[in-house]
Amino acid sequence: MEKLMSWIDDRFPLTQVWEEHMAQYYAPKNFNFWYFFGSLAILMLVMQIITGIFLTMHYKPDAELAFASVEYIMRDVPWGWLMRYLHAVGASMFFIVVYLHMFRAMIYGSYRGPRELIWIFGMVIFIALMAESFMGYLLPWGNMSFWGAQVIISLFGAIPYVGDGLVEWLRGDYVISDATLNRFFAFHVAAVPLVLVILVFLHIVALHKVGSNNPDGIEIKKNKDENGIPLDGIPFHPYYTVKDIVGVIVFLMVFSAIIFFAPELGGWFLEADNFTPADPVSTPSHIVPLWYFTPYYSILRAVTWEWLPGGAKLWGVIAMFASLIVLFFLPWLDRSPVKSIRYRGGIFKAALAIFVAAFLLLGWLGTQPAEGINLLLAQIGMFLYFAFFLLMPIYTSLDSTKPVPERLT
Amino acid sequence: MKKLFLLLTLVSMPAFASGGAHLDEVDIDMSDTASLQRGAGMFVNYCLSCHSAAFMRYNRMAADLQIPEEVVEDNMMFTADRIGGLMKTTMPAEDAKKWFGKTPPDLSLIARSRGPEWVYTYMRSFYLDDNSPSGWNNVLFEKVAMPHVLYNLQGARHAIFKKDEHGKEVFERYEMVKPGSLNEEEFDAAARDLTNFLVYVAEPAQMVRYKLGVYVLIFLAIFFVFAYLLKKEYWKDVH
Repeated sequence: MEKLMSWIDDRFPLTQVWEEHMAQYYAPKNFNFWYFFGSLAILMLVMQIITGIFLTMHYKPDAELAFASVEYIMRDVPWGWLMRYLHAVGASMFFIVVYLHMFRAMIYGSYRGPRELIWIFGMVIFIALMAESFMGYLLPWGNMSFWGAQVIISLFGAIPYVGDGLVEWLRGDYVISDATLNRFFAFHVAAVPLVLVILVFLHIVALHKVGSNNPDGIEIKKNKDENGIPLDGIPFHPYYTVKDIVGVIVFLMVFSAIIFFAPELGGWFLEADNFTPADPVSTPSHIVPLWYFTPYYSILRAVTWEWLPGGAKLWGVIAMFASLIVLFFLPWLDRSPVKSIRYRGGIFKAALAIFVAAFLLLGWLGTQPAEGINLLLAQIGMFLYFAFFLLMPIYTSLDSTKPVPERLT
Repeated sequence: MKKLFLLLTLVSMPAFASGGAHLDEVDIDMSDTASLQRGAGMFVNYCLSCHSAAFMRYNRMAADLQIPEEVVEDNMMFTADRIGGLMKTTMPAEDAKKWFGKTPPDLSLIARSRGPEWVYTYMRSFYLDDNSPSGWNNVLFEKVAMPHVLYNLQGARHAIFKKDEHGKEVFERYEMVKPGSLNEEEFDAAARDLTNFLVYVAEPAQMVRYKLGVYVLIFLAIFFVFAYLLKKEYWKDVH
């Protein structure tokens, strides 16, 4: 065994990689609940790739055959129903994990220097994941697949001058059609997953360069022993590998409970309208994107001020994209001298609470008709969403802070 | 731009999905094999001549519902000659469109797209209407092209409407014109059997899904105990 290892090590830095990234990668010893979601995100990525490969073996990316091929998977392919549920429900679970992972970064200031690039890679992953799930949602070729894609692709038509041509170019046709289905399939199974895997790799490389943040927001590398090992650090393996296994099992219990007992989750994970084949002449009475898009969808619909130059729709699209882009700037918007919420003052805590409330409100409103009181609420939600970011340089520098300890608590 | 505006207007319209109509609760039970068998009998006798369930195979149904294959072959396969075949209708889609104005939809997934409560309520909401081409109308699905195929079971009824405060016609009650072979309670039970069967047809995997889920959760619970103890053991020196 030793001979084999040295043979490999002479040709490939296997032991070195193992030590640098697992056995001698020192992570802060005080990771809490919020730190499970990074490894769970990797679990979900692998889960989606593996179940996706099995689905691809039986799925037909053809407007005439796609819907029936999904039902064929659900009924005639051995364990096909399980693969399909793992994949379709898995998409929602992936987003739950990613949202909680991002929220962790927000409460403990993990996006702050020197981890700005980790955050930016993470944000690009988030955007790529949205593209991935949006295109994957067209593939079952249900009626909601069709109309959801129709609505979202049409958004690009709001861009002045090039809009209509761009929409046609994206669809590959004058309507959502077989051509659209085929190109979405190509992006969904090849292009975007490849990009995602590379981005996740970069995300982890950047993380391991600077080291993990922690609930105290303190740099453990500032306090090292005589061997250069952080005093508050423990090797990732075995400590966090055995801990993450516990997290994985609890997560899988929740996941399995949904898969086996409520895969539709009352329409939140699988929509009733998508059990009807795509029909270009029959619009669902209520087009609703899946829950993880609804906050942004709400922002899109909240802009109704026609007096804006270029029209309200254009600004709705701009606001929707801006609500995502603003997240990239988070590391530079935050001016607080401390990172973790544990040592921040009341202003930041209140701002974050309002932001979370606004985000959840927008998410719920995205599933409702945008009219009357709902529209007003969405506009308030949008205002609060942007205020959280745009006013951040002001309130974080005004906010009081508590003294940060030298060592982890 | 205009198209986009139109779309967004469409999208922001409120949901009329159920038309505000009241849907009756129905007891769905995949372990009630007798009910599923009765529902299957009704389906092949009353529905399959016009509607298909084209994602469903006869032998799968036979196995899941514990009906011997010979029984299915001899008594239930009016439209197919092979036990492994799909539950298709023999009525050509084009003729169907000519006769009913609309091709009767495939029912494989109707219980998932509409919901079991809708199916159950719909089957029990037909009434006589001289203004409709088929002579029938439905309280839940106004101007539906489908006639009341179960009328010899339920009987023929008139629907009584009244005007509400806005002058809008709202359904008040039914009035039996010619009773069928079943009384109300018996017919509700029959409609429940049919709904139960359609819920099964919409997702045959349900027959294994629930049972398997229990085992998976038990396995994970046991795995959790060991993983937790392992974590405790490793972490006992970390302070």
